[in-house]
Amino acid sequence: MKKLLNQAYKDRHPYLFIAPAVILLTVFSIIPIIIAFVISFTDLDLKGLADWSNINFIGFENYLGLVEDDTFITSLLNTAFYVCIGVPLVIISSLSIALLLNYGSNMLFSVFRSVYYMPSITNIIAVAVIWGYLYNTEYGLFNFLLSIVNVDNIPWLEERTIAKISLIILAVWKGIGINMIIFLAALQGIPRSYYEAAEMDGANRLQMLFNVTLPLLRYATFFVTVTTLIGWMQFFEEPFVMTDGGPLDGTISIALFIYKEGFQYSQFGYAAAGSFVLFILIIIMTLFQFKLRKSDTEY
Amino acid sequence: MAAVTKKSRIERVIVTTLLVIGGITVSIPFLWMISSSFKPESEVLNIPPTIIPETFTLENYVNLFESLNFAVYLKNTLIIVVCSFVGLLFNAMAGYGFAKFDFKGREKVFYFVLATMMIPGQVTMIPVYLLLNEMGLTNTMAGIVLPGLAVAFSIFLFRQFMTTIPTDLIEAARLDGAGEFYIFFRLIIPVAKPIFAVQGILTFIAAWNSFLWPLIIANDEGLYTLSVGLSLLQGQYANNFALQMAGAAFMVVPIIIIFSFFQKFIVEGFTMSGIK
Repeated sequence: MKKLLNQAYKDRHPYLFIAPAVILLTVFSIIPIIIAFVISFTDLDLKGLADWSNINFIGFENYLGLVEDDTFITSLLNTAFYVCIGVPLVIISSLSIALLLNYGSNMLFSVFRSVYYMPSITNIIAVAVIWGYLYNTEYGLFNFLLSIVNVDNIPWLEERTIAKISLIILAVWKGIGINMIIFLAALQGIPRSYYEAAEMDGANRLQMLFNVTLPLLRYATFFVTVTTLIGWMQFFEEPFVMTDGGPLDGTISIALFIYKEGFQYSQFGYAAAGSFVLFILIIIMTLFQFKLRKSDTEY
Repeated sequence: MAAVTKKSRIERVIVTTLLVIGGITVSIPFLWMISSSFKPESEVLNIPPTIIPETFTLENYVNLFESLNFAVYLKNTLIIVVCSFVGLLFNAMAGYGFAKFDFKGREKVFYFVLATMMIPGQVTMIPVYLLLNEMGLTNTMAGIVLPGLAVAFSIFLFRQFMTTIPTDLIEAARLDGAGEFYIFFRLIIPVAKPIFAVQGILTFIAAWNSFLWPLIIANDEGLYTLSVGLSLLQGQYANNFALQMAGAAFMVVPIIIIFSFFQKFIVEGFTMSGIK
């Protein structure tokens, strides 16, 4: 009897340890996704929020509405633009910086490691405020620097395509840090003996980079690509705080579209449908990458 | 061998030069922010701009607290930071539970936790708001803090670290008659210091920077965080760049100071987590 009680007493503890976090995750992650799925088939808005009897089940109407919504289509195209330019830029620049930083290990290198990491821990609003000033057409530093070399004022945030590129520059600046650290950790994990062997075989620096280093960074590159891609598909804060999606929806992303529909126009059902489209796109892109990786694992 | 060293020296100069040029480019926004925050309102609009303030002033920083409510925003932000450390403890406990106990359904629940990492924030944003609305928690501090307490990635990292703690150590403590919670607080936490350091810094940074959720939940200026206050400032004082830069610096500089003290831990943390 005592043994049984003891057993029960022992069994209780793991559940006590995991309970707070698991309950919180259930309430704020699992239940919400079910709610989101259900309300994406309803016309839930402020009226429905006040009185549940105003909520109607409308089937796929929200999803069909999205396809015909010009703003949503624009946001899809803009997000594709961000992803296609931003993701490769982030990966190439963070990898190059990591390779440079891996070259030495004295004070100078660790100082610069911090310098390159700093933007990624900087508050996005502060970043937006600072870059908003730098990008300012009349008083900004960038246009002043360009005027020294006789380039006309660039409307950094006032023209649809230039505004998108300006936001990408900012996001790349902010996105390098974390990926650079991951590449650096991977680079430091490569055994010295590999390079020594390559050197003995008479390989030059460039050959070593392409035949030793880069192949051994495959896992890190894969990890960085997947997480960066997911992050950029949810591109939100930069257009939200810098341009509010403008000019003329020129910088609106899918995530910003969802936010606006939900919290500015209170179209909760419609916004939930939009968020599911985004979720499905993310899943497809991620699965696609896993598939690509599988096809070349024989190394 | 001599040829190799000679070649390396040239290479070293090139690498260092590239790093320095890149580093300066990356830091321009920060340097410009600091320099402009000490300029008087009129000097910021000078063309050509002055690189170092001609008239050095602290007026912008004083204004943040006197004309604006930055003291209230700071207090709210610090409350969020403190609460997020409670969340950190929950994550650590869960990580320990998954790492060091064998219980029914452990794998399933753990995969369940990992699965929540894949859900994009935009999907849960609206339903969480609706849930909090039903609970009557909109426009309260609890509503701002609760949704962000448990972080799946943090649970995962804690679990990864804690599986490396020898089980014999825990068994020995049990034989000595120590209770499970005593073991966790007195034995596990000290042993797991490195992971606590990394997670502690990341939690602090995330809480200090929290913006979107406070913006959605708080209607009352008394609940605004520094980020929300700063975005308000940007809207209200659109052309007072000196004041804006002071507000930005007030948010950014503490993080940079904390980071430069602890950056070693962050880098090690990523190596520790096995992302290689």
